[in-house]
Amino acid sequence: MGTETTLVSEAPCEITLENFLEFPEGRKVLSCIQCGLCAGTCPYGDVMDYPPRRIIAMLRAGMLEKVFHSESLLNCVACYACMAKCPRDIRLTEVLLPLVKEEIFVHLPEVPPELQKALQNTLRYGNPMGESPRKRVAWTKTTDVPIPILGEMSRPVDVLWFVECYTSYHPRGQDNSRALAKIFNGLGIDFAILGNEEKCAGECARLVGEAGLFGTLQDYTMTLFRRYEGRFNRIVTSGAHAYDAFRYQYPALGFDYQVDHTMPFLFQHLEQLKPMLSRKLNYRVTYHDACCLGRHNGFYEEPRALLTAIPGVKLVEMTHNRINSICCGGGGGGMWLDTYYKAKGYERLSERRVKEAVATGADVLAISCPYEVSRFEDAAKVLGYDNKLVVRDISELLAEAMQS
Amino acid sequence: MNILVLLRMIPDVVEELEISNDGKTLDREFLRLIPNETDDHALEEALLLKERHGGKVTVVAPDAPELDDVLFACLAKGADRAVKISGVEPVMGGRAAARLMAQVLTTAPGLLPADLILTGVQSTEDLDGLMAPILSHLLQLPYVDNVTQVTADGPGKTVTAVKEFPSAVRAEFDVQLPAVLGIQAAEKPPRYVPVAKVRAVMKSQHLESAAAPAGVEAGQLEILQMAKPEPAEHAEMLAGDPAQVAGKICEILAARGVL
Ligand code: SF4
Ligand code: SF4
Repeated sequence: MGTETTLVSEAPCEITLENFLEFPEGRKVLSCIQCGLCAGTCPYGDVMDYPPRRIIAMLRAGMLEKVFHSESLLNCVACYACMAKCPRDIRLTEVLLPLVKEEIFVHLPEVPPELQKALQNTLRYGNPMGESPRKRVAWTKTTDVPIPILGEMSRPVDVLWFVECYTSYHPRGQDNSRALAKIFNGLGIDFAILGNEEKCAGECARLVGEAGLFGTLQDYTMTLFRRYEGRFNRIVTSGAHAYDAFRYQYPALGFDYQVDHTMPFLFQHLEQLKPMLSRKLNYRVTYHDACCLGRHNGFYEEPRALLTAIPGVKLVEMTHNRINSICCGGGGGGMWLDTYYKAKGYERLSERRVKEAVATGADVLAISCPYEVSRFEDAAKVLGYDNKLVVRDISELLAEAMQS
Repeated sequence: MNILVLLRMIPDVVEELEISNDGKTLDREFLRLIPNETDDHALEEALLLKERHGGKVTVVAPDAPELDDVLFACLAKGADRAVKISGVEPVMGGRAAARLMAQVLTTAPGLLPADLILTGVQSTEDLDGLMAPILSHLLQLPYVDNVTQVTADGPGKTVTAVKEFPSAVRAEFDVQLPAVLGIQAAEKPPRYVPVAKVRAVMKSQHLESAAAPAGVEAGQLEILQMAKPEPAEHAEMLAGDPAQVAGKICEILAARGVL
């Protein structure tokens, strides 16, 4: 069983900062009008020495080297706000920023310790928390429904459920997985998981600038997919970052499966799901748009439709919603930079968001990305709101509304 | 300054350890190995010295599964050479390891003379942390242990080693070179090396190897039996809201006569 990650192969990476201007995406940067909308909308724009606008100006002036020796983009939480707002459609978060971050990352005199540990763990154990790869599947023993493992089955399945890390190991992430297992079972989805063979899809390593680690994880997962070719039709994941990786990055290595995040996937099954939602939940709910799902992929209404399908749920909106949603601060490596941000005196974005959620009068903050549950629960505790607001994944709420 | 760093691979306790059927050794089937943490600090201190004063850093390690990746990472961090000692026993106590290292260092070409030999003060497979002191005895070199900082005034004949004592007492030693130092912690945490750099080094550099000399004397300690610790009693988790939990704590303390 392949639990070790080999370092030897290399993923192709066609666009680099050297050949940048040979690609349409690169040339597009030349059309930047220096409006500064990107810096203005950036949740950490006020503390960045080099927000996207300045990076482009310096790139054009041939002064990018200066940016490489700064820590500026450690403050970029890959929230896609700059990209969503750019009037010139420059694909900042997708293309330019990761390339610049790669250079910054190799020049960092010291990688902040928390981030360093998460990256080392991801390379060694396939998950950032440093848990045993042999225990990735342990959560399946705590569900009421059977969770088939693809490698142990003799027949093919329709859906390969890519569980991802926090939803495999974090106790609150596991609640999400248990809920999904119940929903899939109720919907009669023919699914299986990879079990202990699964490792992190790698997107956050890429977005923090650790491209080599991303390539290594990508190679590993592609080898697994090839081994199981013909054994599943499509992939569903609750990992918003894994979804992004499969949709935008893995195709460069020949990945051509249909991939769905659980929110749009369950939305596709909404009519079948509705009669199953028979328990009334009298919750006042506000929904936090996950950056990858909302701004990056436009799934704004699907999670809301799922929430409002639950009897008794009253949906209220935060001031910043949909395209204006404020990042939880966990993307682009931010998940492991809280101590670094705190040392710099920045406000934690998750705290800013929880304050907004509390201001709506909601008693439930609903989420759809596995990073958010621990981030927002921590923030609520820090702010003393943990008796006012509970954080629940939409899948958890749906499962709760299903009479067992 | 010519620095040798001795590195050992030890069992990774993230995985549960199993005892083999012989009852004396760890079952190595599922065992994964990681570099010994204090050895990693020894490498960091060596790299800091090299950055400040120039010179060469050579990492020497007994062969073990997963060692190649670790040695390439050492090269990517800035070590100049990495030497694997092949033909070694999978488990070695501190005494056996010291004898092996002493023999390899004196017989393998190009390792000695070195100005400094740095290694971690302790490892989980070295019962009493004696590898480095015994090695220094065998090589007839001065030794300072529990070192947390090494400074030099240039490529001179001495270094200053800061050693930690209990009660937060620190002492500075002027150490004549060559010497062996047992590193407790480097001045700063071991550096991160991006995977891409390790990959590049795998293509451009190679690992050297040195055969373990035959007949290295075994250690004087022998493992008679290994057993997993048996939990005597389980902790009782108190559930409920803070007032209920506080009430239960009071009851327990009162029952034991503390209140
Ligand atoms: S928002 Fe777009 S056009 Fe405006 S400064 Fe930023 S990158 Fe340039
Ligand atoms: S992706 Fe978000 S955090 Fe990063 S620069 Fe753009 S707006 Fe700022």
